[in-house]
Amino acid sequence: MNPMTDEETPVPQPAPTQFSDLAHETAEDHPAPVAGTTVFDVTDLSVLYSGFRAVKDVNIDITEHEITAFIGPSGCGKTTVLRCFNRMNDLIEGAAVEGSLKYHGVDLYEKDVNPVEVRRRIGMVFQKPNPFPKSIFENVAYGPKLAGIKKKSELDEIVEKALRGAAIWDEVKDRLNKSGLGLSGGQQQRLCIARALAVNPEVILMDEPCSALDPIATGRIEDLMEEIKQDYTIIIVTHNMQQAARVSDRCAFFTTEVNPDSDQRTGTLVEFDATEKMFSNPSDERTENYVTGRFG
Amino acid sequence: MTAVNLNDLDSSTSLVEGLDSTKGSGPDKVFRWAAFGAGLMVLVILALITITTAQAAWPAFSVEYFTSATWIPSAQEFGMLGFLWATLLISFIGILLAVPVAVGIALFATEVAPRRLRRSITTVMDLLAAIPSVVFGLVGFYVLRAPAQDLFRWLGDVCAGIPILNRIFGEGSSGTSILMAGIVLSIMILPIITSISREVFDTVPRNDKEGALALGATRSEMINGVVIPHSLGGLTGAVMLGLGRAMGETIAVTLLIGGVSNPPITIDVLSASDAMPSAIARYLSESAGTYRAALIGLGVTLFIITMIINVLSRKVVGVFDRRIKGAA
Amino acid sequence: MTATQTRSSVDERLKVPRDVRVSTIKGSRFRRNRIATIGMVAAFVLAAIPLLFVIGNVVVKGLPVVTTKFLVSDIPNNAAATELSSDCDTLRKYDPTAEGDDAAPVEKPQPGMGRAVVGTLITTALAALFAIPLGILAAIYLNEYGKQSRLARFIRFMTDVMTGVPSIVMGIFIYELWIVRFGFPRSALAASLALACLMLPIVVRSSEEMLKLVPNTLREASAGLGSRTWKTTLKVVLPAALPGLVSGSMLAVARAAGETAPVLFTIGAINKVAAAKTITGQSTTLSLQIYNMITNGGKLSPQMAWGAAFTLIAIVLILTTIARTVSARFVAR
Repeated sequence: MNPMTDEETPVPQPAPTQFSDLAHETAEDHPAPVAGTTVFDVTDLSVLYSGFRAVKDVNIDITEHEITAFIGPSGCGKTTVLRCFNRMNDLIEGAAVEGSLKYHGVDLYEKDVNPVEVRRRIGMVFQKPNPFPKSIFENVAYGPKLAGIKKKSELDEIVEKALRGAAIWDEVKDRLNKSGLGLSGGQQQRLCIARALAVNPEVILMDEPCSALDPIATGRIEDLMEEIKQDYTIIIVTHNMQQAARVSDRCAFFTTEVNPDSDQRTGTLVEFDATEKMFSNPSDERTENYVTGRFG
Repeated sequence: MTAVNLNDLDSSTSLVEGLDSTKGSGPDKVFRWAAFGAGLMVLVILALITITTAQAAWPAFSVEYFTSATWIPSAQEFGMLGFLWATLLISFIGILLAVPVAVGIALFATEVAPRRLRRSITTVMDLLAAIPSVVFGLVGFYVLRAPAQDLFRWLGDVCAGIPILNRIFGEGSSGTSILMAGIVLSIMILPIITSISREVFDTVPRNDKEGALALGATRSEMINGVVIPHSLGGLTGAVMLGLGRAMGETIAVTLLIGGVSNPPITIDVLSASDAMPSAIARYLSESAGTYRAALIGLGVTLFIITMIINVLSRKVVGVFDRRIKGAA
Repeated sequence: MTATQTRSSVDERLKVPRDVRVSTIKGSRFRRNRIATIGMVAAFVLAAIPLLFVIGNVVVKGLPVVTTKFLVSDIPNNAAATELSSDCDTLRKYDPTAEGDDAAPVEKPQPGMGRAVVGTLITTALAALFAIPLGILAAIYLNEYGKQSRLARFIRFMTDVMTGVPSIVMGIFIYELWIVRFGFPRSALAASLALACLMLPIVVRSSEEMLKLVPNTLREASAGLGSRTWKTTLKVVLPAALPGLVSGSMLAVARAAGETAPVLFTIGAINKVAAAKTITGQSTTLSLQIYNMITNGGKLSPQMAWGAAFTLIAIVLILTTIARTVSARFVAR
């Protein structure tokens, strides 16, 4: 496992634009400035569960073709925030969102936005690998089939491409018809990444994707993230600070505030900045304490 | 103290017995044996049920009993196939009607309905389960028989010219019939199938469901792609338990199936017939000798069939549970 | 790897505009989703209809019949039912629709369900007396002693199997063993034995589930104070599980109270039973009376049956409601 030296990206690089030109007509496709195109613009986001404020004051910009990491102690709401980005919190009864979460200028929680459309564009990889109890092929083909692609030859092409993209093709190409559950944990997680890539999303959300994996499998997933960020925008939740330092371009540090009156815990964003700065010269004391291991 | 850790105590029974016998701790021993005895009582009673009923039915059992459909008590001819057929047919109708509704309600309760509505679904199903069989029979007999008669006659007329349908829906002469019994059965087994289906759907990992939704699946696509495939084994178990219930259901069926002395093997669901438990309920108290044994034989056959169904369904559910846990 | 290579036509087809308001998903998919949801709601409505229909009928036809007198008066035997049916005054008197024009009290024997109410309560109570202690003890064996041992697993399995035994088989069993083999008369006691057989597996399994809910820390704390298993069970585990045990048992009692098949051959169905012999003598129950009324078909029968049905449903629902309330409180704790 490499230390952070060569993995670090000092300044976010200009986003490669050549492929997105093909599909888009909008203004975002102009050569990106140094800071890159903003994909998500989060302003004063709060998440409430049955009226109780679980997370508050989240202000983040997510930049195209970067890896943004959410870090912080457990229970600080980083996963909760992540699940707002594809409206996964809709599934939790009593969950509500305040503030704005704009995706290319459109608030995802606007009335006429369909969560299914959101999830079609913004993929997700979960903490625990969750391949369907189907064959490897069917796992990857599931999303494209939903999107209306029925032809076997086209599905073959997509599946191969997604599996290659997730760096698992060589391991599974001879057993595409075997169950996805027969793979190792790391392979399962890469299969899930392939499954997410197969529908060609713009963004991939990763919720502690390596927490159930051994270091070698973790290393492969991290390499993979480095590779696919040229094509996708990635947000990753991790409680592993080294991982955040290794893979991310920007970092958001969350922590928990305890209300002294009600004893309620509310997650809040402390600092959001380039990863290098966060780990070398954070502006908030709490961040420093956390990244240096004095807290958390 | 070795006795402090209760888990140790229980995991090695011999240790407890050793301690007890050396110390002669009276109350604990008594309590232990009482509990043990009560556990054994279940087995004893089940064995007694089997032996007693089988013995009483024995004189009637013959090859003919299980292979013939001729049941003429006055001629001492007892072939139970007609009753078995009717029992299977009404149970089949009951299952056929109940399962889609039960699965729909269970899916609604687990995947769609908000928490408040979920509670009222539970209440409705609990109430439905609480209504005694004889009350279903009463309402069916006094309220539904007449309209059912008209409906069935109409149905018979409509289907009269259509090839296969005219055999399934023959000339409905009376409201009480196989179809009527089957319909009421479906209502009676609905709660148990629904509640087991709900339990089964509840075991589908949230993680798997979110996996499908995160790929842009709609809720119904998620249900089709994840929930149903995951639950097939458990649903099979639910259906089988419902089938067991349906076959053993007595009083409502007795009142609504019409009651004929020698039920024919027919697929005409509008005709009157008689099921195994109904025949017992109708005739046992006025029977003697071989006739009585033959009636009790119906009970024993029913007992064995429902037992097999139950054991199989538990096994199916068990295997399915293990598969889920193994996969998780 | 190859991820950045030129995109194929398939990629194009999967590419969607970034504006999430632009619909990229075929309308048919959402339509199917909506139809599925409607189907589920329809299934629920479909289940609620028979419930409302049955309860509505029983209330409308049974409630006017049920008076205090109805609940305590003697049941007319078959002959009496036909006699009464020919007696216009009496018939009108018990016909709720004719109540207005003939309110004058008629001094004739009042038909009612008194014996059946008493019989139902006695047989059910006796059955509960047999099945609940035995069932809870068996559950204690399964959860506190036997646990995952082979025998315990076997008993558990057999209990599940016993739950599926048709209720009429329980009736035949007691009839054959108690009445034919042992030579005892048909009685409320015999019927209660059959009902107890029906209740036993339900009580065992529900009680075991409730005992399972009692946290192990409680047991360990008690054992830590030097208590033995029996004392821990009686003083700590049972009190903690009590509401759950009560609610599980009540549901079994409610089920038994409504059953007809097990009492059919075992109770005797004598309408006028001497008060002293209500336990060991012949008796009857509400459910059995409903069945008899329907099959005998006297003119007064429907009214009597509806009244009995209302009374029976009231008893069953009261028991069920108590069980639910207690269990709701148990879960809430």
